[in-house]
Amino acid sequence: KFKRKDKITKVRNFVCFLYWVCVEYCCFLLPKCEFFLEGDEDEDTCTISQEDIAEAVDITSGAKYFNLKLTQFGPYRVDYSKTGRQLLLGGRRGHLACFDWQTKQLMCEINVMESISDVKWLHTDSMFAVAQKQWLYVYDSNGIELHCIRKFNDVLRMQFLPYHFLLATASATSFLQYLDVSTGKEVAAICTKTGRLDVMCQNPHNAIIHLGHSNGTVTLWSPNQKEALVKMLCHQGGVRSVAVDKMGNYMVTSGMDKKLKVFDIRALKPLTSYFLPAGASCLSLSQRGLLSAATGDVVQVYRDVWSTPVTKPYMAHRVRGSVWGLQFCPFEDVLGVGHGEGFTSMLVPGAGEPNFDGLDANPYRSAKQRQEWEVKALLEKIQPELISLDPTDLGRVDRATFEQRHQEKVQSLGFDPHAKEKFVPKFKKKGRSSAGAVERRKKQVAHVDQRDKVKMEEQQKRKEAKKAALSRRKSALDRFKK
Amino acid sequence: YAKLSTHGCISYVVFRFQMKVKVLSRNPDDYVRETKLDIQRVPRNYDPSLHPFEVSREYTRALNATKLERVFAKPFLASLDGHRDGVNCLAKHTQSLSTLLSGSCDGELKVWDLTKRECVRTLQAHEGFIRGVVVRYCGTSFFTVGDDKTIKQWTMETPGYGEEEEPLNTILGKTVFTGLDHHQNKSVFATCGQQVDIWDEQRSSPIRSFSWGVDSFSSIRFNPVETDLLGSCASDRSIILYDMRESTPLKKVVMTMRSNTLCWNPMEAFHFTCANEDYNLYTYDMRFLEKPIKVHMDHVSAVLDVDYSPTGQEFVSASFDKTIRIFPKNDGHSREVYHTKRMQHVICVKWSSDSKYILSGSDEMNIRLWKANAAEKLGVLSHREREAANYSQKLKEKFQHHPQIRRIARHRHLPKIFSFYRFGFSSTKPGSVPVLSEKEKHVVSVVK
Repeated sequence: KFKRKDKITKVRNFVCFLYWVCVEYCCFLLPKCEFFLEGDEDEDTCTISQEDIAEAVDITSGAKYFNLKLTQFGPYRVDYSKTGRQLLLGGRRGHLACFDWQTKQLMCEINVMESISDVKWLHTDSMFAVAQKQWLYVYDSNGIELHCIRKFNDVLRMQFLPYHFLLATASATSFLQYLDVSTGKEVAAICTKTGRLDVMCQNPHNAIIHLGHSNGTVTLWSPNQKEALVKMLCHQGGVRSVAVDKMGNYMVTSGMDKKLKVFDIRALKPLTSYFLPAGASCLSLSQRGLLSAATGDVVQVYRDVWSTPVTKPYMAHRVRGSVWGLQFCPFEDVLGVGHGEGFTSMLVPGAGEPNFDGLDANPYRSAKQRQEWEVKALLEKIQPELISLDPTDLGRVDRATFEQRHQEKVQSLGFDPHAKEKFVPKFKKKGRSSAGAVERRKKQVAHVDQRDKVKMEEQQKRKEAKKAALSRRKSALDRFKK
Repeated sequence: YAKLSTHGCISYVVFRFQMKVKVLSRNPDDYVRETKLDIQRVPRNYDPSLHPFEVSREYTRALNATKLERVFAKPFLASLDGHRDGVNCLAKHTQSLSTLLSGSCDGELKVWDLTKRECVRTLQAHEGFIRGVVVRYCGTSFFTVGDDKTIKQWTMETPGYGEEEEPLNTILGKTVFTGLDHHQNKSVFATCGQQVDIWDEQRSSPIRSFSWGVDSFSSIRFNPVETDLLGSCASDRSIILYDMRESTPLKKVVMTMRSNTLCWNPMEAFHFTCANEDYNLYTYDMRFLEKPIKVHMDHVSAVLDVDYSPTGQEFVSASFDKTIRIFPKNDGHSREVYHTKRMQHVICVKWSSDSKYILSGSDEMNIRLWKANAAEKLGVLSHREREAANYSQKLKEKFQHHPQIRRIARHRHLPKIFSFYRFGFSSTKPGSVPVLSEKEKHVVSVVK
């Protein structure tokens, strides 16, 4: 018994040490670069235009601000690949284009002759999924149609879960379907019975899908349950957009009641609520916690939405058409906006994560590195059964099974093998084991477990009383209180 | 405007209209290798927000590692053929890892070269069974005892061309000897038969004899750590412990059934494990013989031989039920079971001195060479292979209690005959029979 306890403490200490090493590495050894935009005292940063910023920075960064004028084929949906190098554009009237947006090298450009509701990259830049008018199509990066999946019909929105290789689709017929893109099988088809699903986002921390509905509720789904895991009433009107931060702590929603609300998604509590004069139709959160909200043809970027109360936007930009798609580029200070008149890439200093991990998403990876990464990622593909609200569920002690097994053992044996033996006081010589002395010794040991419990309860009570005493507001009228 | 360069990312500070802007801008030269001959650059960031689902991904890796272990679990290496009767005893060479000595039931002794897997020397040592073989600590000679009541000492070198095999020394005894063991570093050896004798190599009669009114002894072993202690298994279901320097035995523990052999833990000074007829093995601390430290239960027939790994963490047991089992030293159940259709009752087993191989001698005249870790890759591993193997091993240990992983890791194919060995549950009323723990059940008494 002692050996196991020692082992556990040793392991725990070692894990703490490792954690400390990682924190030291991340905080002190990695190049720390604070990127920002600062105006002078009178000037608001939101009045600084993109052209000014593009002129002020170096050529390569300045080239990251550009506009693509594509007026013919309707408002555009945008998706950046996981490494942030490739960009996929899907126009409402069927225009599809994927290219490397930094070198402007076009990979493919086709017109699918049907209306497109959403586009999504799959795990690499070699395949992407397009939700067309009737069915779901998968294309190669050269524009060749690979699959037409008829089971997935009337898809409005899609989300790709990269570590599970699952493509989650939300349809107009209120079905939420999961497709495993490595095996090609449909993992789950959930009838949500909540109407047309056109607001969708994923929680990158635990792979839960958030759906927003027209009655103001946001529901959380996992492929293992037929009912929603959580149903939250967020807005008084319909929900227009949802976004979750990468650590899975905060959820930002915007609704028809022109409010922008921030929730703590772990405790399921509202944190702050802001009023936007025109509401926000699209939301996107960057890797460093910047929030972009689009209303009509204006895109506003806010900083630190959850910690400090925000009064004005960090940056703002007006695009040509009404905004249809919004996404921050993963490891760059760039925000991609798809709108009615094409695509705009705008500079947002401080949005991207400066230090990427070479083994996970590496924008500078070679073909060989990509191949190795793909094989390893497929081997580590997480089964959909493990998706739950708490991703560390597997690491918990399974007390329920232990209790069940213990009960079965007691039943089969007839006695409890773990039960404490009755205390038999040691027989002492020289008259020290008289009846009274033995009784006294027995009393010392009696009710030990109850005593501990009572002690703990008393301690807790004292703590609470202290807390209450501190929090009570001191007013002049206190002396009259009884 | 001024140019500020922080490591890795260049940024520009502009003072035009008093606006300051710093934008993330990477130089590809810092992230891409210079020439094809360089290795790729892999910048790391251990921030957990970039690596979500740690537990699930590690669990998946552990599951894959467990499955691959089962795929690569091919422990059987070679079968040494040549004996013309069942193999009765094996002996490890003290100085050479590739030499093995085996004695058979027709008195024939063979010396094997394990690297070439062939017999290099054969000699007719005794008439009748060879009961014990042991190599002297210096490695230049070895001793054998047999059913013809003799102890013979032979030289390790093969005799030259034309010369006959002659023992260096022959000692005639009065009774049959059933076991033999040599001291770690003195020129003293011990035999057991009707009594336990300690012999000096120069004398032809024992320097000391121990007896405790017992009919016969089945095995004798010197303690490798406390080199003057001996243990023996007696036919009155007891294990008797001796100190070579004293004139009487130390103490004995009487059990419910007879032990066949015992083996001392080479790392723990006072621990020994005995292989018992009641299908179990018992590990005792010689200081506290009232209760065994551990009862190892998994065999379905009498356990005939036991040998410890040189690390002292595990031991291997050979049983009459045609299997070999490997037990961790402080676990009540085996971690591995080896069996083959061709292997019949296993009489003797040895764990090689580099802790990598197991040798078993069985009834059907074959000696088999097995891997101690069934899925281990033998030979020299590159640094990456070793790291990957260590990582997989650690993951398997971390997740060993999860039901899916436990199910796969425990899965072993056993011959169909084992499905008949099922232990029933007692039907007595709970509380009517006094409850004894498993450890207390098997010891009858301790006599000093």
